[in-house]
Amino acid sequence: MEEKITKLVDCMNENCPMPLVKTREAIMNSKKGDVIKVIGTHYQSFQEIPMALEAMGIEIIEKKLEEKNWVIIFKI
Amino acid sequence: MKKATIIVHSGSFDKVLSAFIIGNGFVSMGIPTSIFFTFWGLNALKKKGFKKLPLSKMNFLGLGRLLIKLKMKKYNVASFEKLAESFKKLGGKIIACTMTMELMGIKYEDLRKDLIDEYGTVGKYCYESKDANITLFI
Repeated sequence: MEEKITKLVDCMNENCPMPLVKTREAIMNSKKGDVIKVIGTHYQSFQEIPMALEAMGIEIIEKKLEEKNWVIIFKI
Repeated sequence: MKKATIIVHSGSFDKVLSAFIIGNGFVSMGIPTSIFFTFWGLNALKKKGFKKLPLSKMNFLGLGRLLIKLKMKKYNVASFEKLAESFKKLGGKIIACTMTMELMGIKYEDLRKDLIDEYGTVGKYCYESKDANITLFI
Protein backbone atom coordinates (compact mmCIF):
# COMPACT_ATOMS: atom_id res chain seq x y z
CA MET A 1 0.00 0.00 0.00
CA GLU A 2 1.27 3.44 -0.88
CA GLU A 3 1.84 5.86 2.03
CA LYS A 4 0.00 9.16 1.92
CA ILE A 5 2.38 12.14 1.79
CA THR A 6 1.64 14.57 4.62
CA LYS A 7 4.45 17.06 3.99
CA LEU A 8 6.40 18.20 0.93
CA VAL A 9 9.85 19.75 1.26
CA ASP A 10 10.81 21.63 -1.88
CA CYS A 11 14.59 21.90 -2.29
CA MET A 12 14.60 22.54 -6.04
CA ASN A 13 17.69 24.50 -7.08
CA GLU A 14 18.90 24.74 -3.47
CA ASN A 15 22.61 24.24 -2.88
CA CYS A 16 24.54 22.75 0.07
CA PRO A 17 23.63 22.77 2.96
CA MET A 18 20.03 23.95 2.49
CA PRO A 19 18.38 20.65 1.39
CA LEU A 20 19.75 19.06 4.56
CA VAL A 21 18.64 22.03 6.65
CA LYS A 22 15.13 22.11 5.17
CA THR A 23 14.74 18.37 5.67
CA ARG A 24 15.73 18.66 9.33
CA GLU A 25 13.38 21.61 9.82
CA ALA A 26 10.50 19.57 8.40
CA ILE A 27 11.37 16.67 10.73
CA MET A 28 11.47 18.98 13.75
CA ASN A 29 8.02 20.32 12.88
CA SER A 30 6.46 16.93 12.22
CA LYS A 31 4.62 14.44 14.35
CA LYS A 32 4.85 10.67 14.53
CA GLY A 33 3.30 9.04 11.48
CA ASP A 34 3.98 11.97 9.13
CA VAL A 35 5.23 10.96 5.71
CA ILE A 36 7.65 13.51 4.29
CA LYS A 37 8.58 13.84 0.64
CA VAL A 38 11.72 15.81 -0.21
CA ILE A 39 12.40 16.88 -3.79
CA GLY A 40 15.54 18.56 -5.00
CA THR A 41 18.20 18.95 -7.65
CA HIS A 42 21.46 19.21 -5.67
CA TYR A 43 23.03 15.84 -6.43
CA GLN A 44 25.18 15.43 -3.29
CA SER A 45 22.13 15.99 -1.12
CA PHE A 46 20.52 12.97 -2.75
CA GLN A 47 23.39 10.96 -1.20
CA GLU A 48 23.66 12.94 2.03
CA ILE A 49 20.04 13.33 3.17
CA PRO A 50 19.86 9.51 3.54
CA MET A 51 23.03 9.70 5.69
CA ALA A 52 21.37 12.29 7.94
CA LEU A 53 18.22 10.14 8.14
CA GLU A 54 20.33 7.14 9.08
CA ALA A 55 22.02 9.22 11.81
CA MET A 56 18.57 10.11 13.15
CA GLY A 57 17.30 6.54 12.89
CA ILE A 58 14.66 7.39 10.29
CA GLU A 59 13.87 4.81 7.64
CA ILE A 60 13.51 5.71 3.98
CA ILE A 61 10.41 4.49 2.17
CA GLU A 62 11.47 5.52 -1.31
CA LYS A 63 14.48 7.11 -3.00
CA LYS A 64 14.47 7.70 -6.73
CA LEU A 65 15.74 9.86 -9.56
CA GLU A 66 13.17 11.52 -11.79
CA GLU A 67 13.70 13.36 -15.03
CA LYS A 68 14.54 16.76 -13.51
CA ASN A 69 14.94 16.05 -9.82
CA TRP A 70 15.36 13.44 -7.12
CA VAL A 71 12.78 12.29 -4.59
CA ILE A 72 13.28 10.96 -1.07
CA ILE A 73 10.28 9.77 0.97
CA PHE A 74 10.46 8.77 4.62
CA LYS A 75 8.18 8.27 7.60
CA ILE A 76 8.57 9.78 11.05
CA MET B 1 24.88 11.30 23.18
CA LYS B 2 26.57 12.84 20.17
CA LYS B 3 27.59 16.48 20.32
CA ALA B 4 29.77 18.91 18.34
CA THR B 5 31.62 22.05 19.30
CA ILE B 6 33.30 24.44 16.87
CA ILE B 7 35.72 27.22 17.71
CA VAL B 8 35.80 30.10 15.23
CA HIS B 9 39.11 31.86 15.81
CA SER B 10 39.49 33.23 12.28
CA GLY B 11 37.78 36.34 11.07
CA SER B 12 37.76 35.66 7.37
CA PHE B 13 34.63 35.45 5.25
CA ASP B 14 35.34 31.98 3.85
CA LYS B 15 36.31 30.39 7.17
CA VAL B 16 33.33 31.77 9.10
CA LEU B 17 31.03 30.70 6.26
CA SER B 18 32.54 27.20 6.40
CA ALA B 19 31.95 27.06 10.15
CA PHE B 20 28.29 27.90 9.65
CA ILE B 21 27.86 25.41 6.82
CA ILE B 22 29.40 22.63 8.95
CA GLY B 23 27.36 23.74 11.97
CA ASN B 24 24.19 23.53 9.87
CA GLY B 25 25.22 20.06 8.73
CA PHE B 26 25.56 18.84 12.33
CA VAL B 27 22.27 20.29 13.57
CA SER B 28 20.57 18.91 10.45
CA MET B 29 21.64 15.45 11.56
CA GLY B 30 20.20 16.06 15.00
CA ILE B 31 23.60 16.57 16.62
CA PRO B 32 23.59 19.39 19.23
CA THR B 33 26.20 21.96 18.19
CA SER B 34 27.76 25.00 19.81
CA ILE B 35 29.94 27.51 17.96
CA PHE B 36 32.37 29.51 20.06
CA PHE B 37 33.58 32.81 18.64
CA THR B 38 36.89 34.12 19.86
CA PHE B 39 39.64 36.52 18.70
CA TRP B 40 39.12 37.52 15.04
CA GLY B 41 36.04 35.36 14.83
CA LEU B 42 34.21 37.86 17.04
CA ASN B 43 34.23 40.31 14.12
CA ALA B 44 31.63 38.11 12.42
CA LEU B 45 29.22 38.76 15.29
CA LYS B 46 29.55 42.54 15.12
CA LYS B 47 26.63 44.52 13.75
CA LYS B 48 27.04 44.37 9.95
CA GLY B 49 30.30 42.61 10.80
CA PHE B 50 30.12 39.65 8.48
CA LYS B 51 29.77 41.89 5.45
CA LYS B 52 33.13 43.45 6.22
CA LEU B 53 35.12 40.25 6.66
CA PRO B 54 37.92 39.76 4.12
CA LEU B 55 38.67 36.50 2.31
CA SER B 56 41.51 34.49 3.88
CA LYS B 57 43.25 34.43 0.48
CA MET B 58 43.08 36.65 -2.60
CA ASN B 59 40.91 39.27 -0.99
CA PHE B 60 42.39 42.04 -3.20
CA LEU B 61 40.97 44.87 -1.09
CA GLY B 62 37.51 43.36 -1.13
CA LEU B 63 37.35 42.51 -4.82
CA GLY B 64 37.88 38.81 -4.12
CA ARG B 65 35.08 38.84 -1.59
CA LEU B 66 32.78 40.57 -4.05
CA LEU B 67 33.52 37.90 -6.67
CA ILE B 68 32.79 35.12 -4.18
CA LYS B 69 29.51 36.81 -3.25
CA LEU B 70 28.51 37.02 -6.91
CA LYS B 71 29.38 33.35 -7.35
CA MET B 72 27.39 32.45 -4.25
CA LYS B 73 24.37 34.12 -5.84
CA LYS B 74 24.99 32.40 -9.15
CA TYR B 75 25.21 28.94 -7.59
CA ASN B 76 22.43 29.66 -5.10
CA VAL B 77 24.63 29.20 -2.03
CA ALA B 78 22.92 30.44 1.14
CA SER B 79 24.13 33.74 2.59
CA PHE B 80 25.68 34.17 6.03
CA GLU B 81 22.39 35.60 7.31
CA LYS B 82 20.39 32.66 6.05
CA LEU B 83 22.89 30.13 7.45
CA ALA B 84 23.03 31.84 10.84
CA GLU B 85 19.24 31.94 10.97
CA SER B 86 18.81 28.26 10.09
CA PHE B 87 21.59 27.20 12.47
CA LYS B 88 19.74 28.88 15.32
CA LYS B 89 16.34 27.63 14.20
CA LEU B 90 17.60 24.04 14.26
CA GLY B 91 18.80 24.48 17.84
CA GLY B 92 22.43 25.51 17.31
CA LYS B 93 24.04 27.64 19.99
CA ILE B 94 26.34 30.63 19.51
CA ILE B 95 28.72 31.63 22.29
CA ALA B 96 30.95 34.72 22.39
CA CYS B 97 34.19 34.73 24.37
CA THR B 98 34.24 37.64 26.81
CA MET B 99 37.97 37.49 27.55
CA THR B 100 38.90 38.07 23.91
CA MET B 101 36.14 40.69 23.62
CA GLU B 102 38.13 42.65 26.21
CA LEU B 103 41.42 42.07 24.40
CA MET B 104 39.95 43.15 21.08
CA GLY B 105 38.15 46.15 22.60
CA ILE B 106 34.73 44.81 21.62
CA LYS B 107 31.81 45.88 23.78
CA TYR B 108 28.60 43.92 24.34
CA GLU B 109 26.64 46.57 22.45
CA ASP B 110 28.91 46.12 19.41
CA LEU B 111 27.74 42.52 19.00
CA ARG B 112 24.50 41.10 17.62
CA LYS B 113 22.27 40.02 20.48
CA ASP B 114 19.94 38.26 18.02
CA LEU B 115 22.72 35.77 17.20
CA ILE B 116 24.46 35.24 20.55
CA ASP B 117 22.90 32.78 22.99
CA GLU B 118 25.53 32.91 25.70
CA TYR B 119 28.77 34.56 26.76
CA GLY B 120 31.63 32.66 28.33
CA THR B 121 35.33 31.92 28.39
CA VAL B 122 37.48 28.81 28.13
CA GLY B 123 35.71 27.05 31.00
CA LYS B 124 32.47 27.11 29.08
CA TYR B 125 34.11 25.75 25.94
CA CYS B 126 35.86 22.95 27.85
CA TYR B 127 32.74 22.09 29.81
CA GLU B 128 30.66 21.85 26.63
CA SER B 129 33.40 19.96 24.80
CA LYS B 130 34.09 17.33 27.44
CA ASP B 131 31.02 15.41 26.28
CA ALA B 132 31.43 16.28 22.61
CA ASN B 133 32.81 13.65 20.30
CA ILE B 134 33.49 16.18 17.56
CA THR B 135 35.34 19.45 17.99
CA LEU B 136 36.75 21.73 15.30
CA PHE B 137 39.06 24.73 15.43
CA ILE B 138 38.58 27.07 12.51
